Amino acid sequence: MDSTLKNVFDSFQGKKEELIPILQKVQERYGYLPEDAMLEVSRFARVPESTVYGVATFYAQFRFTPIGENRIMVCRGTACHVKGSVGILEEIERKLGIKEGETTPDGRYSLETVACIGCCSLAPCVMINKKVHANLTPQKVAKLFKKD
Amino acid sequence: MDTVNIVIDGVDIETGADKTILEAALDHGIYIPHLCYHKDLDPVGICRLCMVEIDGRRLDVSCKTPVREGMRVRTETEEITKIRRVAVELLLANHPTDCLSCSGNTKCELQRIASYIGIDDRRMKSLRRKTVTLPIDTSNPYFDYDPNRCVLCGICVRTCADVVGVSNFDFAYRGYDSLISTFMGKPMIESRCVSCGECVARCPVGALRPKAVPQPAREVRTVCPYCGVGCGIWLGVRGETVIASRGDPDNVVNKGRLCVKGRFGHEFINHPDRLTAPLIKKNGNFEKASWDEALDLVAARFAKCKPDEFAALSSAKCTNEDNYIVQKFTRAVMGTNTVDHCARLCHAPSVAGLAQSFGSGAMTNSIGEIRNADCIFAIGTNTTSAHPVIAYEVKEAVRRGAVLIVANPRRIDLCEYAQIVLHHVPGTDVALLMAMMKVIVDEDLQDDRFIEKRCENFEAFFESLERFDLEFAQKTTGVPKELICEAARSYATRKPGMLLYAMGITQHTHGTDNVLATSNIALLTGNVGLPSTGVNPLRGQNNVQGACDLGALPNVYPGYQKVDRPQIHTKFEEAWGTKLSDKPGITHTEIFDAIHDKTVKVLYEVGENPALSEANANHVYAALEKLDFFVVQDIFLTETARYADVVLPAASFAEKDGTFTNTERRVQRVRKAINPVGDSKPDWLITCLIAKRMKKHGFDFDNPSQIMEEIASLTPSYGGITYKRLDDRGLQWPCPNTDSEGTPMLHSEFFATVTGKGKFMPLQYKPSYELPDEEYPLILTTERSLYHFHTATMTRKGGLEVLRKCELVEMNPKDAGTLGLKNGETVRVVSRRGEVNATLLVTDISPVGVVSMTFHFAESPTNVLTSDAIDPVAKIPETKVCAVRVERP
Repeated sequence: MDSTLKNVFDSFQGKKEELIPILQKVQERYGYLPEDAMLEVSRFARVPESTVYGVATFYAQFRFTPIGENRIMVCRGTACHVKGSVGILEEIERKLGIKEGETTPDGRYSLETVACIGCCSLAPCVMINKKVHANLTPQKVAKLFKKD
Repeated sequence: MDTVNIVIDGVDIETGADKTILEAALDHGIYIPHLCYHKDLDPVGICRLCMVEIDGRRLDVSCKTPVREGMRVRTETEEITKIRRVAVELLLANHPTDCLSCSGNTKCELQRIASYIGIDDRRMKSLRRKTVTLPIDTSNPYFDYDPNRCVLCGICVRTCADVVGVSNFDFAYRGYDSLISTFMGKPMIESRCVSCGECVARCPVGALRPKAVPQPAREVRTVCPYCGVGCGIWLGVRGETVIASRGDPDNVVNKGRLCVKGRFGHEFINHPDRLTAPLIKKNGNFEKASWDEALDLVAARFAKCKPDEFAALSSAKCTNEDNYIVQKFTRAVMGTNTVDHCARLCHAPSVAGLAQSFGSGAMTNSIGEIRNADCIFAIGTNTTSAHPVIAYEVKEAVRRGAVLIVANPRRIDLCEYAQIVLHHVPGTDVALLMAMMKVIVDEDLQDDRFIEKRCENFEAFFESLERFDLEFAQKTTGVPKELICEAARSYATRKPGMLLYAMGITQHTHGTDNVLATSNIALLTGNVGLPSTGVNPLRGQNNVQGACDLGALPNVYPGYQKVDRPQIHTKFEEAWGTKLSDKPGITHTEIFDAIHDKTVKVLYEVGENPALSEANANHVYAALEKLDFFVVQDIFLTETARYADVVLPAASFAEKDGTFTNTERRVQRVRKAINPVGDSKPDWLITCLIAKRMKKHGFDFDNPSQIMEEIASLTPSYGGITYKRLDDRGLQWPCPNTDSEGTPMLHSEFFATVTGKGKFMPLQYKPSYELPDEEYPLILTTERSLYHFHTATMTRKGGLEVLRKCELVEMNPKDAGTLGLKNGETVRVVSRRGEVNATLLVTDISPVGVVSMTFHFAESPTNVLTSDAIDPVAKIPETKVCAVRVERP
């Protein structure tokens, strides 16, 4: 076990009910939940590894791949949905060759969905890092990644 | 049992007070739709289909609601129908409708519910979501997982967690995306799955389904041929082929549960490699021969053999009747007591040790009592691998709140469920146990009343305890003092306490001492003669208990009656009508030495494979080549059979009638499912045919039932056993007469010793024979894989071979680092006696300084390395400890 993980575990007792806070702390340190770390959590909290995985996949906050340099958040709020955000998401997935919740193999992008960015009048929109891209169409999505 | 009266749909029902409404209804033939309920599991009430109306007011799930006196239940109202319809429609909306080609067809609970409620196809279409077809996991050799057919009832999740104790899957994701998943969604074969198929057997739909789907034409009830647990099985037969096996829910031993070998390991029965005709070696090559030719040759050669030149090795895989006939043949026809079998290599110290301390060398208590123990002390047993169904019981006990203490050099699976884990150095069991006993005595935790009333020789034992202080124990065993104390206190105070052990205790040059240490600690704490207590050696082979009971041992007749006791000798001479030798024969290990000395010249080997199982295998190979005449009787041409002059094809367990005696002394019926494959014959019949060709009397049996009659007449502990009585249940010996219902628990009032008292035995710590040194710095210990059995003649014939392909040398990462060796590379393991190549597995399951290997694989014969130094009493070789070095080849 590496020292990062050991540090995390030091602040817990290794009880079943601590599972979610432990996973949150692990993710805080690594940016995601590495497989080996989840195995260690399973041993430490005495919870089966399948349950650790079950809990981690239940909550949207946990991720299983390292976060990319650029964080893409596709809004899936009501307004964006009505204006076709599914198509936007699919286009980005196709373009980057990854699925929601994943990171490109080169580590440049990670893709996630969020419930609402808070600018429904600009729907459908996507936030890349801190910048909002508004009134998107699948064609415009292509341009978002063109300059790279 | 208390009963209550309730009314379900106007029907008056009297039912047990501990039942739920659903159980009461199903017991009385009233159907209530249900999907997540399974009789073996705790109810969870998640499918909501078993909703009923109680007392005309509230609705509740019937699977979780206990019955109450006067309760009035309606299983269907307009409101309930509505709730059920919505739930089922949502399940069915995206469920495949190709029922006819689904393996769940006719057994599917969803089908049954749909037909009960009645489904409107048009409404279904409107509910259908965009179809997402999830990939089917076909990675396991025996079953597939199709998440598209899953109804998320969670029966597999609960089965894996609560029945098997593996927890390989759980619910993952959320909402529409919910699915049953392994950790990280890994394919079954890469997951923690142990392939027992318990989930497959319970899946109410076709999501977890066996790969082989054909239905059997008929089923035959018999006993599993693998380990000593003795699970009841139903063999499924189609034509002349055994195609399936399922657990027998009515068998008290396994209650329907099985492990991977029991459920799927039947592929060997109809395997093309089976021996189908006698073989005679001519000019170094085997040639097929007729039975007449082979039997004439064997009979002629045996007839020329002097008593002391003959030795027989019987088989713990064969039935009681087969073993009885082999020992009778050796004694009555060949005139020698030199008959032994592989118990010599596994539990000879249990027979010798427990006979001294308790008077009877067998499990004192029964498998079914494990779940009610408050403390389980498992030492030297990797129960999960070697006795999987007993491991289910251990885990059940833990689930019910028992303390589990595991003492094992390796971090075996059971450690995960244990509260106290003691990783002692291999071979230091006496030091560990005696130190625990010293703690118990020092802290005054012993059971004084029990010691005074039921035991003897306490003072001598007490004196010998003095040397085992905690400092010495910590230094010798490597276990921290505090842990030794904690384990001692738990075992002494959490009662009833049940001690389980296996080959980690016995396979040592001080194996008998180890066994005596286990009986000492049980006597000291009063953990004998009561339910869920005792000293319980877990026997390895399906019928190793029976082979011992039936006298396939050189010093005793059936029922452990000593050959050198005059009245016993006379009894058997009269019964068998012939002169018998009163000189005990030589043991398994000694037979091979005697072959080297040219004192034993003829060997008759029935269903055993010492070329792989005997310690110091090179010594065995050389011996087998020196024999004047060597007959092997087996179902396959084993590594040993290749040395034979004549090979006689035997019928497997599925092709003969008989009985097996399991580890808890339960004699159970083995039934013929198919005719013997090819020209093979049952073992008892082959031996009888040889005897008859030698013109000997007493071998005119038409069927094994007649043999059992003779056994019962000569063996006091089997006196009350007849095939008729065994028809619907097993009987645990001692069962002295036909009025006896058998004895599930030994020593409840008296011990079986001469004085009737349990005997404490003073002990000394003796180090293992061969300790690591500079040239051979590591300890090699042998172990078992869950997926193979013994020398793997039966298990390397199909899917089990996929689950475990080759020998692995398990080594701690620290040792691998020091030696510069990498996981997965081929390494050479060298001992003073030989060398073996195998694949390295770097794992922290193995402690520093210890490597482990199984002995299942003929291409990496581990026993070439092991030491044949033997225990002076039990003559068992020390296969658990020898010194080796590991290097790049």
